Amino acid sequence: MKVRILVRLKPGVLDPQGRAVHHSLDGLGFDGIEDVRVGRMIEMDVAEGTSNATLTKMCEQLLANMVIEDYSIERLDGVREPA
Amino acid sequence: MSIANSRFRAGVVTFPGSNCDRDMAVALEAISGEPAIRIWHGDADLPEGLDFIALPGGFSYGDYLRSGAIAARSPILRAVVTAAECGVPVLGVCNGFQVLTESGLLPGALMRNAGQTFVCRTVDLAVGNTASIFTRNFAKDQTLRIPVAHHDGNYFADDATLDALEAEDRVAFRYCEDVNGSRRNIAGVLSANGRILGMMPHPERAMEPAAHRSLGGQDGLALFENVIDSMIAA
Repeated sequence: MKVRILVRLKPGVLDPQGRAVHHSLDGLGFDGIEDVRVGRMIEMDVAEGTSNATLTKMCEQLLANMVIEDYSIERLDGVREPA
Repeated sequence: MSIANSRFRAGVVTFPGSNCDRDMAVALEAISGEPAIRIWHGDADLPEGLDFIALPGGFSYGDYLRSGAIAARSPILRAVVTAAECGVPVLGVCNGFQVLTESGLLPGALMRNAGQTFVCRTVDLAVGNTASIFTRNFAKDQTLRIPVAHHDGNYFADDATLDALEAEDRVAFRYCEDVNGSRRNIAGVLSANGRILGMMPHPERAMEPAAHRSLGGQDGLALFENVIDSMIAA
């Protein structure tokens, strides 16, 4: 089963990387950009039926740093919760 | 060296990608006269009877995922956490500080420098705490000159955490200028019991006599001497 984890800086946490990308896009002449934030996407192939609770643990113990980051879990098997 | 010094058993942990581990070991030997014990990241146990553990600078595991993130979940870190909980002093410098925050031994996180650039120069630090084993012979607001060399030294914690750190006198050092965007200019923080210190500047690079000022001065040596003093006093 494919799972996609999106890790993002929490709102309010300054994102120097996003700011640099924003600046660079401005430099290329793209107008009207209000804000840029850079996150991280982690794709995993995990055992069928891996529970959301287990995926949550993976996120909170390693994949995201809960001090500065939020995460979201997208199950690509179309199943919201394992049977 | 005094008898007390000769008993000083310090360990330095090396992760794949550590690059200040030898400097740290040299510094610890310089102050104690005892060779530091070198510890490998994959070891499950620490050597018996350690008096002091150092987590050195570098780029452990290539800084993959986040600086210090993988090292903080390595086998040896579980042993370091257990030792720290028993009161063994732990010093994390630069990447070592990142490992300490990632492991939860210290609060906050170290983000990419606000200016995006790697900062490598000697900076002025103001001493905050003067009660810990690391800072006991410093004066409040005393200025130290210690080199920094990092890309991810931008200390972040939420306001409540920062307020608590200040109220509990756990800010060991602050930058005297904005070096990397750190909140409240924090350069080093202590654990609640004052026996774990994480700091971005490199005291092990400031060990040489004043004549060799270009080599970083001796303010780092003073920090290590505080530790030795506290061991003798104990």
